[in-house]
Amino acid sequence: MTLLITIFAAVTATVKWYNRKNDDMRLGTLCFLYWGASLMWLVDAIFEFAELKSAYFTPDPQDMLNDAFLGLSVVALGLIIWVVRLLIADPKGSVRAALRKG
Amino acid sequence: MACFLVSAGEAAVVSIVKKSVEKKEASGKEHSKKEGAAKEISLSTKLHWLSSLLLGGAVLLAFEHVWHGEVVPWFPFLTAMSDPGDAAEMLQEMGTVGVGMAALITAVWAVMCKAADVIVKRPEQEAQKDAAA
Repeated sequence: MTLLITIFAAVTATVKWYNRKNDDMRLGTLCFLYWGASLMWLVDAIFEFAELKSAYFTPDPQDMLNDAFLGLSVVALGLIIWVVRLLIADPKGSVRAALRKG
Repeated sequence: MACFLVSAGEAAVVSIVKKSVEKKEASGKEHSKKEGAAKEISLSTKLHWLSSLLLGGAVLLAFEHVWHGEVVPWFPFLTAMSDPGDAAEMLQEMGTVGVGMAALITAVWAVMCKAADVIVKRPEQEAQKDAAA
């Protein structure tokens, strides 16, 4: 479930990156974060499948819920890292302008 | 248990290599400008992709390990380190799953670099034809 949620986040970020007007939003950071995690969880899933065989596809509902919650938390953490990097890099100069105004 | 450490280690090595490549590229820039070299993706940019993939994945996986209580904010930081049996299991996992993760990311990066080179060298007309299709 964590793998699936991260893959959906990675694909969404990639589509957004592809349709970008310019590089101001630094969407590449999000793509690298989610694709990196997706690939790593894919390997984890392959090893788990090799161990559990078909039982891998019939997880306990409690485990599935926990994994889904983890997946959403991972997506949220990725977004936080991206937004913090964006604000620090400040490619549009919005933060600088706001701070100078205040 | 600590499989993300393998990717984090590779990311650190790649970042160091990237820094030295950047220095070499900066010194060789003037020379290539004079020769009018064809537009291509620099090695430092490609290494930046690899380190970003490795580091991004390692950070999010580290969070998963915190979630499962395998990484703690006090010494020795990895709960498996407090028991020799668990430590051996952790090292085995790093050698299998951890190395597998780093190897897959590196393989995907290699394919990505090859594809990027082909896309950059693709003639403009062909790209427009593809867009129209």
